[in-house]
Amino acid sequence: MTALQVAALVVVAVGALAVVAARDPLRQAIVASFYGLSLGVLFFTFAAPDVALSSIVIGSVALPTIILLALAKISDRDS
Amino acid sequence: MSAGESAHTPRRPGEISFATRRTLFLVSALVLAGVMVWALGGVPSFGDYHGVYGLVLNHVAVPERHATNVITAVNFDYRGFDTLGEEFILFAAVLGLALILREGRDEEEGPPDDDASGRRVVGASNAVRLITVLLIGPTVVLAGYVIVHGPITPGGGFQGGVIAATALLFVYLGGEYLTLRRVRPLPAVEITKAAGAGAFVLIGAGGLIFGTAFLANFLPLGTAGDVFSAGTMQPLSVAVGLEVTGGFVLILSEFLDQTLVVRRRGGAR
Repeated sequence: MTALQVAALVVVAVGALAVVAARDPLRQAIVASFYGLSLGVLFFTFAAPDVALSSIVIGSVALPTIILLALAKISDRDS
Repeated sequence: MSAGESAHTPRRPGEISFATRRTLFLVSALVLAGVMVWALGGVPSFGDYHGVYGLVLNHVAVPERHATNVITAVNFDYRGFDTLGEEFILFAAVLGLALILREGRDEEEGPPDDDASGRRVVGASNAVRLITVLLIGPTVVLAGYVIVHGPITPGGGFQGGVIAATALLFVYLGGEYLTLRRVRPLPAVEITKAAGAGAFVLIGAGGLIFGTAFLANFLPLGTAGDVFSAGTMQPLSVAVGLEVTGGFVLILSEFLDQTLVVRRRGGAR
């Protein structure tokens, strides 16, 4: 295992903890977005660029966007 | 509330106490940890791979299919039928979403929040406008590149399709909801999505007519590394790209409409 792969694994582990630790859903969506990006970097260092691309487009773009829109809808209804 | 229960944490009938739950968790966690450690002792060492199918494909994909990206060769050729199934999973999922998020009986579409009468639209700052305008073009080009070069370099219809759909987000971020509606005629988006799904089946049927089996390659193979080298993989990648673009634009539009336009009758949302 190269140093880059170890570093990517550590970043992903810390990122996953950060997603769970973020209590506010709004912050959580942003943290999850960065987590998706770090997951993409992890796959890339393990020579899986196809999976890395899928992970980046879904984990750091599509999923956080949908969470943000859902949050906007809910907060509108509450106020 | 019965006399034996604490006033702060009223326990519903049948509810397990905190101490019991904690004991249950600790015991299960201990058992799980033990089994995990035991299982980890038996996994192959790092980088040790004995999958015969993968090793064979790595050697035959370039000579047989002229596709330098073996993953696309697996997705759109060797295991093309599986991808057909995935296509229709996405198709059904987007349809279901559109069905659930349709205008309910107690809801109506109002003027978008961005355009409420008597309200000055703040809009995006000039910096955001400039960045999004500069990024929309390259994003669409990148999406096209990733889709078309699927058989050669990492990427393909799925990844490129989602990238294309994010161009729509830039339009919303930098412009206004009304601009978004103009660049996103929903019937056209639906047709694109359906055409992509249909094209995949038709190309597959082409293999049945001109080749030997469903999804078998029937187009000439070019020089490995060229854009048009890998026969039917290229059009299949484009078909998936169309479907995924349409699907994700539809998903994002449904959610944006829910947030900005649809509200409960009587003004409240």
